[in-house]
This record gives sequence, C-alpha cells and structure tokens, in this order.
Amino acid sequence: MADFPERPSAWGGLAVLLDTPQKRYAAIAVILVAMAVAPYVFGSYGTVILTNALLYVLLALGLNIVVGYAGLLDLGFAAFFAVGAYTVGITTLHFGLNFWLALPLAILLAIIAGIVIGAPTLRLRSDYLAIVTLGFGEIVRITARNLRETGGASGLIGIDSPWLFGWHIRTPLDFYYVFCVLAILGVIASVRLANSRLGRAWLYVRHDEDAAEAMGINRVKVKLAAYVVGAIYGSIGGAFFAANLGAISPESFSFRQSVLILMAVILGGMGKIPGVILGAFIVILAPELLRDFGDLRLLIFAVGLLLIMLFRPSGIWPARSKSR
Amino acid sequence: MSIFDIFTNQLLNGIVLGSFYALVALGYTMVFGVVKLLNFAHGELYMVGGFAGFLVLSFLAPYVGPGWFGVAVSMVLAMIAVGFLGVVIERVAYAPMLSAPRLSILITALAVSLVLQNGMLTLTKGQYVPFGASLGFGGVRIDNFFISYNQMVLVGVAAVLMLALELFVSRTQYGRAMRAISVDKDMARLMGINVNAVIAITFFLGSALAAAAGTMAGAYYGSLWYFMGFLIGLKAFTAAVIGGIGSIPGAMLGGLILGLLESFGTQLPGVGSEWKDVFSFSVLILVLVFKPTGLLGKPEQERM
Repeated sequence: MADFPERPSAWGGLAVLLDTPQKRYAAIAVILVAMAVAPYVFGSYGTVILTNALLYVLLALGLNIVVGYAGLLDLGFAAFFAVGAYTVGITTLHFGLNFWLALPLAILLAIIAGIVIGAPTLRLRSDYLAIVTLGFGEIVRITARNLRETGGASGLIGIDSPWLFGWHIRTPLDFYYVFCVLAILGVIASVRLANSRLGRAWLYVRHDEDAAEAMGINRVKVKLAAYVVGAIYGSIGGAFFAANLGAISPESFSFRQSVLILMAVILGGMGKIPGVILGAFIVILAPELLRDFGDLRLLIFAVGLLLIMLFRPSGIWPARSKSR
Repeated sequence: MSIFDIFTNQLLNGIVLGSFYALVALGYTMVFGVVKLLNFAHGELYMVGGFAGFLVLSFLAPYVGPGWFGVAVSMVLAMIAVGFLGVVIERVAYAPMLSAPRLSILITALAVSLVLQNGMLTLTKGQYVPFGASLGFGGVRIDNFFISYNQMVLVGVAAVLMLALELFVSRTQYGRAMRAISVDKDMARLMGINVNAVIAITFFLGSALAAAAGTMAGAYYGSLWYFMGFLIGLKAFTAAVIGGIGSIPGAMLGGLILGLLESFGTQLPGVGSEWKDVFSFSVLILVLVFKPTGLLGKPEQERM
C-alpha cells in the first residue's frame, strides 16, 4: 500500500491481527465454541449474567450505529428498547398475539417512533438531538408508568415465552443461546452495514457534513437511516428481553439504562465492533466482579467515561489500523 | 374555589416555578453564547448548589440561625463555591475539548454530569436530605388567594439576580467582551479580549445562578436529592430554547413561559400532574421543530 491512509476498519485492531482468512476462520471457530460451552463452564448464575451481557451487546451494537457510525448522540436509546418490550408485552398479554407476530410489529413501531422523533430533529444542531432524545426517553418512560395498558408503575407480568418450531424457549439456557444468535446476527448486520454504501455515507457525514452534502449525500436521510436502524436493534433487544424475563416495568427503561448502553458503546471504543462488545461486557460484568462497590459502580463508570473522553477518545480497544 | 381563584393560584405557582427555570436557563444560554457548548452538567450544578447551601447552612446555623439570614448567607457562599466549581469544570473538562468534534464535547459534558450526579448519589446513599431551613409559613391572604413570604422572597431574589446579570452583561466591560465573543470568538481574541478569562467569568456566573436556584429550591421545598438536577436541567434547557438559546432576556422569558405553561397545562382536562413532564418535553420538541430559534433568538446560520 502506498501512502493512502486506510479506511478506518469497524474491526479496529483485529483487522491487523487476523490478516489472513485462515486466521479469521480459526478465530471465529474459537469464539463459537467458547460461546457454546460457556454455560457449562460458568454454571447457571453465570449463564444468566452472560445472557444479560449478550443483550447489552445487541443494544450497544444498535446504539453504536447511531453514535459510532453516524456520530449522533442519542440519550434516549432505552425508549426503543421499551417500545420493543412493551409491544410484545401488550400484544401477547392483551391480544393473545404470537411472539413471532408481535416481533415484527414491535420493529415496525420502533421504525415509526424513530422517524417521528428523528425526521424533524435531525435537521437541527446535533446537540439539540441529544436533548430531544433525552426528552423522548423520558416521555416514553412516563407514558408507560401512567397508562393502564402498560400496567402502570408495576408494569406487565406473565409474558409468555415463545415457541420456535416445537422448541419452547423457556429455560435460561435456551435464552442464552437465543441471545447468542441475536448477538451474532447483530454483529453480522453491523459489519455488512459498515461496509455498505450507506456505511460509507455515515463515515463521510460523521467526518465532514458539508463536504458529504456537497458530494450528493442527503445528510438528513442518511442520519435518519442510522437512527432507524438503531431503533430496530433496540426494539428487537426489548422484545426478547420481555420474553426472557416474562415481566417488564417502566424503570427498566429509565435514563440510567440509556446511559449504561451509551457507556458500553463509548468505553470500549465507539464505531468499532470488538470495542463495543468489550464495552457491553465491561458494563455488565464489572458490577459482578466489584459487587461490594454498590452505588460506586456508576460513579466509577462515569469517571472512566470522563477520563476516556479526555485522554483516549477512541476507547479502550486499540483503534489504529496498520497504515496509520 | 372559583375559576378566578384557580387562575390566580396557578399564576403564582407558574411564576415561582418559572423563576427556578429562568435562573437555571440563564446558565445554559450564557455558556452557549460564548462557547457554543450545551453544558449538560448545568442541571447538576443546580443540584450541587442545593447541597452546598445545605452544607453551609448546617455549619453556620449555630451562628446565624436557620432563618432568612442564614439561608441568604448560605446562598451567597454556595453561589461562590459552585461558581468556582463551574470554572474548574470548564478548565479541566471542556477547555481541552473545544476544538474536538462536537460529539466528543457532548459526551464529555454528559460524563461530567454523570460524575457529579453519581458522586452525590454515593455521598448521600440515594437518600433525600432535609434542607434544615426554617422560614415559617407566614404570608398574605386575600380571599382565597394566598401568597407566602417564601414565595415573595424567592421571586424577588430571582428577579434581582436576573436584573443584576442583565446590567452586568449590558453595562460592564466584561459583559461587552462576553457579547463580542458570542458574535465572533476569533475576532474578539484579535481585538485583545482575554477570551479564556471571559469564558471563565461566564461559567462562574452561570454556575452561581444555578447554585442560587438550587439553594432556594432546597429552602423552599425542604429537601434535596442527588437526582433533582436532571429534570430541572432538561426543563431549563427547554426554557432556554423557548426564549431563544443564546439570548439572556429570552432565557428569563422562556423560564416564565414554561413555568406558566406547566402550571396551567396540568389544569387542562386529561392532563393531570402525572403528565406534567411529558407536557413540557412535548413543548420542547414542538418548539424545536417549528421555531428552533425561539422567541427572541437570532436565526442561526452555523454549520451543524
């Protein structure tokens, strides 16, 4: 390669480490085997924690598309998570809908919510978007707490677990594997998107909006696409979250939830898939390892976030590709 | 209670609420004016101001008493302390980031806000803290309309602070420098203005006003909570946007309008007080969609 700087890879430093197809296949095989046997190594409690971490991987991948790819700050991501969870909860409980019919409905509603909130605000300054999404997140949470259909402050209980071709997805182990599949699909979709025409448009808009616009990229449309794709990830995560726990309450979708997901994206290294996965695991596993710290956990994360922004804006995961 | 009584009482509620919003909104708008930064941590400075006032009051209560004088002294000391905290935050967290991409600054501001919020959560263990002022319950009653001395003083102090700020910005040399920077920072620097010093003064004043509001809120409502800055930060931002962000009279007007909208809006059929916050956030979104420059703001031709 000549002096042309390489396009920053969504894989971060991994692209350097795994430079031949053989090494890549070997790495993928190792990861898949590790995922398959993990529940037997870590026991039933460990499986529940890992399932939660995988849920966060999915949510963080979704938010990463908004924040990391398109460079928009979304402080109300939990709203889409709530839309997915409540759609599944309400339609399966009140209308007896099958989970697999409720899921596309949840996705559709998340897309609509994403367009309704995103379309008008994405034209504005990017800091306005941050505040509007924060307000939107609160609107969704308060609405869920005040309506009768959503079960008020106590939420919904007794949401059925889904069947898939005669397999009743019911035990924590079942759900662990379901979330494994979701996380893998989430990674694949993120990679495909990053390497697509749309992904390049996001990169361009993130680096220089005016230049991107001058090159014929419709700034608002491209940002809206990122916002909506993020919403879809969040909604799918929420739908399976509701099916897994069988119970949801408004406080699962608070500002704190949005912040935790955002921390997962930024701590690991926004825009880079291994970094985001690492971040999701840090956010979920750290409190398990530092159990005694209790309330200190969020303070430690917050200080970590500040230090990362000041001293290592690209996150914990190494960012540099070979040619830089 | 007649319709008229409901009207006058809600008017009073709206003005009291609006005074808090306006004081906090001023900080948003001033900081935005000089550094084009949305200081997410501003709501937390209101919270820290409340706790600072509480701390001062609990140390000084044996000497100055928990009454009006004590609260006034604590408010002034809290304003000074939080003003310096605002300057420190600007120096440590924002100054190195001002040339970074906007996303990085926003996340840094959010991080500062989370550090303050969770720091206070750790210190107070998430409990409500009683403020400990005793201002009495006296007031003036006219028929069914009752206005307490607390409310009068609160609105009066807020008005005096806002007037003082307006005079500072419009009459003094620093105020002129502040306005010059908000128009064109680089040109202001070339004209010999010490930009960093003016930015520090701006953060000091904005933070001090938030602290004044925080202490008064503590004394008025009687208790403090680590999360109390979150909602008011969001509301004050709404107020600043309604008035036109960057405009100081706009922030005052926006605060008052939002306070009145909230107190009257919750009286509408179907909008109970549990929908109050949804109501204000909807106002925020509608204003941003239809009139993003606000009532008194200048149209902005700036790159996104």
